[in-house]
Amino acid sequence: MGILEVKDVGKRFGGLQALSNVNLSVQENSVHAIIGPNGAGKSTLLNCLVGKLIPDTGSVMFDGQSVLGRAPYEINQMGISRVFQTPEIFGDLTVLENMMIPCFAKRDGAFELNALSSVLRQKDILQKAEHMLEEMNMADKRHMHAAAMSRGDKRRLEIGMCLSQEPRLLLLDEPTAGMARADTNNTIDLLKQISDERDITIAIIEHDMHVVFSLANRITVLAQGTPLVEDDPQNIRGNPKVREAYLGESA
Amino acid sequence: MFGLDKKDTSKLIIVACLALLAPFILNPFPTDSALAQFNAGYPDLMQRFVIFGIFAIGFNILFGLTGYLSFGHAAFLGVGSYSAVWMFKLIGMNVIPAIVLSVIVAGLFALLIGFVSLRRSGIYFSILTLAFAQMSFNLAYSVLTPITNGETGLQLTLEDPRILGVSATTDGSIPVTNLFGLEMRSTFEMAVGPWAFQFNAGYYLCALIMLAAFYLSIRIFRSPFGMMLRAVKSNQQRMNYTGLNTRPYTLAAFVISGMYAGLAGGLMASMDPLAGAERMQWTASGEVVLMTILGGAGTLIGPVLGAGFIKYFENIFSKINDNVLHTWFSFLPDGMEDAVVFIIHPFIGKGWHLTLGILFMLVVIFLPGGLVEGGQRIKGWLSRRKAKGSNTSGETNPAE
Repeated sequence: MGILEVKDVGKRFGGLQALSNVNLSVQENSVHAIIGPNGAGKSTLLNCLVGKLIPDTGSVMFDGQSVLGRAPYEINQMGISRVFQTPEIFGDLTVLENMMIPCFAKRDGAFELNALSSVLRQKDILQKAEHMLEEMNMADKRHMHAAAMSRGDKRRLEIGMCLSQEPRLLLLDEPTAGMARADTNNTIDLLKQISDERDITIAIIEHDMHVVFSLANRITVLAQGTPLVEDDPQNIRGNPKVREAYLGESA
Repeated sequence: MFGLDKKDTSKLIIVACLALLAPFILNPFPTDSALAQFNAGYPDLMQRFVIFGIFAIGFNILFGLTGYLSFGHAAFLGVGSYSAVWMFKLIGMNVIPAIVLSVIVAGLFALLIGFVSLRRSGIYFSILTLAFAQMSFNLAYSVLTPITNGETGLQLTLEDPRILGVSATTDGSIPVTNLFGLEMRSTFEMAVGPWAFQFNAGYYLCALIMLAAFYLSIRIFRSPFGMMLRAVKSNQQRMNYTGLNTRPYTLAAFVISGMYAGLAGGLMASMDPLAGAERMQWTASGEVVLMTILGGAGTLIGPVLGAGFIKYFENIFSKINDNVLHTWFSFLPDGMEDAVVFIIHPFIGKGWHLTLGILFMLVVIFLPGGLVEGGQRIKGWLSRRKAKGSNTSGETNPAE
């Protein structure tokens, strides 16, 4: 039984069957990649997992509990953090403040009317945020406006923010899309380090095969809204069905 | 001091000095001089400065921090005024119960309107709040006449019960508002040479409450709650995917700022015990938006400055008329004098809105951060000049 169990999920947008009969089992502490050609339904599937979309059929269980019908913030509080394709951070706030907010969310829950005590007195939060910034190698940028950073740094910050919530499952939506090669390699190293050092499960949606094969220890190939095959990376590489889905029949 | 850092403490002290010394600061010209009409140090106007200051400080907690632009905040001010006047009618003329009730009622009203309006954001939120405020205005103006006394406005009468006070004083007039016996209208006049300074009990009550409100807003700005509100403004998506529910945060901010507006309304009625529906009209809601933006939305001191600025214009510029202009420009040759007066005429008296509008446009275009940004630029310019001066005197400071 995996930490994330997707059973028979289907989702239709008008005349388009975006997902049908999706079954997926993500094992605890694995790095599970979901790949597939454009329009395969990868992002739709991800949105069904985090509460942005509600599937028409099927079930999504996280750690034995259904996530369906819950708001994104509730699902996040269950232990699923999401990294977006374009980094979603608090651009108007400083890097340190960005890092403090998930720490507050972890400590105080979805809402806390803490309107009279100063932020500077929250020593535990400050310490945790500073520690996380150091781990992400961003301590020198702590007072910078987050919006002023480079794309690679924003991505780093976003991943750090997700990690400071100590999630059990980290979902990444094409984390290296639009990145230069050097930034991509840095991100790969960072994610490797995270999965080695932490007690965390990573599910990653990715286009870039280089990223997928350097990280994943389990791969699901999605094509036209259904899983084509789920296997270990070395078997996926040689699988003719996968080649066909990606490159067309002539290959 | 008071749990604030150095910078915020100095801001609080500056505002405290401005508020407590206002009778001097706003009365720079001798009573008999030609410039005396630019004096703003009379109780009625000073009260308005600080009351609208409170209104704008509260509005800024919502708009400045969360970015939700409410176009219906005057409704809370009006509700606060009505509650206070009802307190004077039923309970007694002490202002404390009146102010307390106005804050509570405005808070409940804000909870109701906020709960519905905050289902949407951006322009839809603004339109919803505007619609609610106009509904409140129309209700107060006509349907709810038994409570609001319609277009006449709610006033005190000799027949009011006032169970903890008297319906009428011994000489048969309506009693006046007081704070445990200290009459709000009582004014002490101090004559220093040609100057006359007025110290009004009501003004000082308002000023002290404004300082408390300002202090509270600093605490809110610097708190984890304040940081969450800024995060709402910055990226709601990230909030939701960080396990934070934005709705209660925005609703709390909305209710707090509604309570500030109710406090302002209650004080207004305490200074002058009547309440009319026009206080809830959309122009009044727009005015507080202007005050906040003009002063600097999202800054601590900006709303107070903006409120003072607009109220000064409203009361001082609107009083200048052609006769005054003629006396000013009487030194010019006759034809020139008429021409100058003709040119200036549209900008004064009833045309003060035109002057204010132009100033507002200039501020928004050239100083998007409001008057506060203007102040910062002047400060930066001065310190750069200073740095230049010390550089030329032979020191080698690294350029920054």
